[in-house]
Amino acid sequence: MTSTTPHALTLQVNGEAVHIGAALNDTVLTIIRDRLHLTAAKRGCNQGVCGACTISVDGTPMRACLSLAHNCQSSDLRTLEGMLELPSMRALQESFIANAGFQCGFCTPGILVSAQALIERDPDPDEAAIRGALSGNLCRCTGYASIIAAVKAAAATLRRGEAA
Amino acid sequence: MKVLSDTGVHVRDPAELVGQAIPQREGMEKVDGSALYVADLFRPGMLHGAILQSHRPHARIVCYELGAALALKGVRAIVTGDDLQDGHRMGAFIKDEPALAKGKVRYVGEIVAAVAADSEAIARAATRLIVVEYDDLPAVLDPAEALEPGCATVHDNAQDYVSVFDSGTRGNVCSRTDYRCGDIDRAWAECDLVVEHEYRTQAQAHLSLEPCGALAEVDSAGRVTLWSANQSVFRVQANVCESLGLSMTQLRCLTPRVGAGFGNKMEAHVQPALVLLARKARRSVKLILSREEDFESVRARHPFRIRMKTGVKRDGTLVARETELLLDGGAYGDDSPGVLGYALLMQNGPYRIPHVHAHGQVAYTNKLRFGAFRGFGVPQVTFASETQLDEIAQRLDMDPLALRRKNMLAGKDSWFGGQAIRSNGLAECVDTVARESDWAARRQPVAPSAQADGNGKRRGFGVALSAHVSGLLASGAIVRVLEDGSVLLNTGAVDIGQGSNTVLTQMCAQSLKLPLDRVAIASPDTDGSPYNWGTTASRVTYVAGLAVVGAAAEVEKKLKLQAGAMLECSVEDLELLPGGRVAIKGVAQRNVSFADISGRAHWAAGGPIIGTHSWVFDQPTFDAKATDPKRAVASGLPFPQIGVYSFNAMVVEVEVDDATGRVRVLHTWSACDVGRAINPQLAIGQIEGAFVQGMGYALTEEMVWDGPRLANPSLMDYKIPTIAESPEAMHSYLIESDEPSGPFGAKSVGEIGINGVAAAIANAVTNATGARLRELPLSAERVLRAILADPPATGHTVP
Repeated sequence: MTSTTPHALTLQVNGEAVHIGAALNDTVLTIIRDRLHLTAAKRGCNQGVCGACTISVDGTPMRACLSLAHNCQSSDLRTLEGMLELPSMRALQESFIANAGFQCGFCTPGILVSAQALIERDPDPDEAAIRGALSGNLCRCTGYASIIAAVKAAAATLRRGEAA
Repeated sequence: MKVLSDTGVHVRDPAELVGQAIPQREGMEKVDGSALYVADLFRPGMLHGAILQSHRPHARIVCYELGAALALKGVRAIVTGDDLQDGHRMGAFIKDEPALAKGKVRYVGEIVAAVAADSEAIARAATRLIVVEYDDLPAVLDPAEALEPGCATVHDNAQDYVSVFDSGTRGNVCSRTDYRCGDIDRAWAECDLVVEHEYRTQAQAHLSLEPCGALAEVDSAGRVTLWSANQSVFRVQANVCESLGLSMTQLRCLTPRVGAGFGNKMEAHVQPALVLLARKARRSVKLILSREEDFESVRARHPFRIRMKTGVKRDGTLVARETELLLDGGAYGDDSPGVLGYALLMQNGPYRIPHVHAHGQVAYTNKLRFGAFRGFGVPQVTFASETQLDEIAQRLDMDPLALRRKNMLAGKDSWFGGQAIRSNGLAECVDTVARESDWAARRQPVAPSAQADGNGKRRGFGVALSAHVSGLLASGAIVRVLEDGSVLLNTGAVDIGQGSNTVLTQMCAQSLKLPLDRVAIASPDTDGSPYNWGTTASRVTYVAGLAVVGAAAEVEKKLKLQAGAMLECSVEDLELLPGGRVAIKGVAQRNVSFADISGRAHWAAGGPIIGTHSWVFDQPTFDAKATDPKRAVASGLPFPQIGVYSFNAMVVEVEVDDATGRVRVLHTWSACDVGRAINPQLAIGQIEGAFVQGMGYALTEEMVWDGPRLANPSLMDYKIPTIAESPEAMHSYLIESDEPSGPFGAKSVGEIGINGVAAAIANAVTNATGARLRELPLSAERVLRAILADPPATGHTVP
């Protein structure tokens, strides 16, 4: 048996059960990107540092590149694609566009997943809370100020009940 | 002159698209995960590629043993230097680089072989089965040692390489450049104070979040279609074709979304080796570098050694400057000759200095190539120049801003070398940041004071001024009126995330008085797009913008020709109406729509309306007419024509921890003379992003070599700023000086915001602690050592 030998795997991805064969050392990121062709989660470092692969695992932002797929069979996995109907995510999308909270966009899906978890648990995050929640998501383009502004604006929109 | 600040964006005319903060046109796809970057692309029957890297810094390749790798199930093709014909080499300035190592390896990390297999895992496993026999050569790791007589040479016959300018390439000298203005030898005697020091800067990694990668597909005739992460489809085409000996007709280059570049993706990375591999496999192959491979094999910002000497009168008037640079170029020329030549052109900073000698060399070494990185050598020389000016101000007991104001370029002053400056908003930049930071009240002079509380935190203010070009080389634009009267813009300019698709669309739509949604922008494609040198040199808004405005003007002319025939009037009597109509001047109800005009053009008379415009920047960098031709001498000038000048002034406030030496940037005030802000929000995004990238350069980022091997090729060990370290507040200002040659008066903003960051932070650290550091980065350790060796005598302890 080599490391590439496939084993039966069942994952819950974006609300649907996926049955495939996967090597024991395949990460969730490899499965969702290379097998399921979900493109939102990005491979920026494959080492758990950059945060571009951040997905929601049972409601908590996690690094898909550090999570072995076979260990996640009982988890509810959500990529950005599976969170687009959430009012909080819609509010974040709108405010990231309006506030130029991205430039190249490569880090953006991971940042949105982290930010969504933040405003779900803290509807009125102060700047320190935003910096804390997003400190595991690197962005090389924006300098972060517009990201902070975008998260604040999205939270304010949700508090006013104006989400799309 | 107009000042736009980040607190409330002002617009001249709400009906105008130019000047509006319009969100990026690709916004929705970037926030729903559907934006496709090269790693997201799949093609039918596609194979996956992986590279084998050299683990030797300098060695002859004796032979390759590929049998075990080829025997691995799922391996489809392997390429090595043996697959390359002799004599084909690429390089922006010096043709010295093969598609992958051939005959010799020249740095640890260089691509030695590439494998195509059914999966990435198999391809990577196969690379580990390749055996390369090497015959080691002495490694050249230090640029100064590289230039000593008798040193081993990185290239065997460098003097025989084809060079696009007088580069002086020989031995380990990759290039050399020498500029003189005035009479430097006599000038020193006129000076009341001369300050001279050596400065060192480090290698910085670009760290675009998207690693480099490419996907090549070969058709049955052998023609290749190549998608890649790049800043110029045309440079990709040139590099691949030069290094593989292909005709440009055999390669079509395309660009999916690009996850930023900062210079890293302008010249080649894996594209030449991948095209070689796909042609051998005769299959589609995708190859995406790992983060470590990207760190080790692509390119980085040049480490500079700078000797700078400045002479000044007692009243602060700058008289003379000598700057000598030694750049570590790494194993291949890449953009190094350009970085050297440009850094020397910019080392004066935006000041009048009558007597100047600026000269330097790039040395080949056995390290990865160094090349283009946002700022293109200016952050390095600005660190030296602007900290040296602060030192001069301190010794003359002048306010640092007063010294700068006394000497800065104004009015009709030309740039070093004589190029005329026709828009200069520098004074407005300086006034703005001085006012907004409350410099006069809040910045305390450097003065002896009591020893500090060792547990305290000290605050300091620092300033830096800089300039940058907007321009360089050629661009074209094609504007087509579609059958329904809407418009397709095609420029070949790659939007790497900065928003040029939006900005160019704004300019096109405004030129034709169309709403934005009636203008689409084509994706860069060497088969269909007009030439665009690239998204580099802060040039897209200015150069591609001029091409767009010119092409739109041609479309307007053709629309009016058609409308004149339809309305039975003279073309001179026609004007564009907002919304896509041509009307008789003053008789708005007598009009025809673009749709009707285009219908007539397509089906009855004249043919489809296509406007084109091509443009190249053609003003001389060294203008003998504007200077004394006997005394303004340039040799080894890589850019005879360069671009118009933009200006920046910035002030920063830092906090230094006395106990740890850690520096935090609290507040920034950065004002850029951009000519005209086509899109103020995107422009400010450039200033903020450049600041934080520059802050990483100033404080934490450093590629470290352990002998020949890069010791920290990972994000674990190479520290870029996170959201936690970004400044408490960044105040950005756009100064509109209205460049006469620019599209709608625009210059540029892509790079200038990074130029002064390390210098301003270093000056603020000195202001806070009294310690002056002449080596980057200003790591906590270095700052603490400097404080301990030279205990803080200035600044103010914050309770």
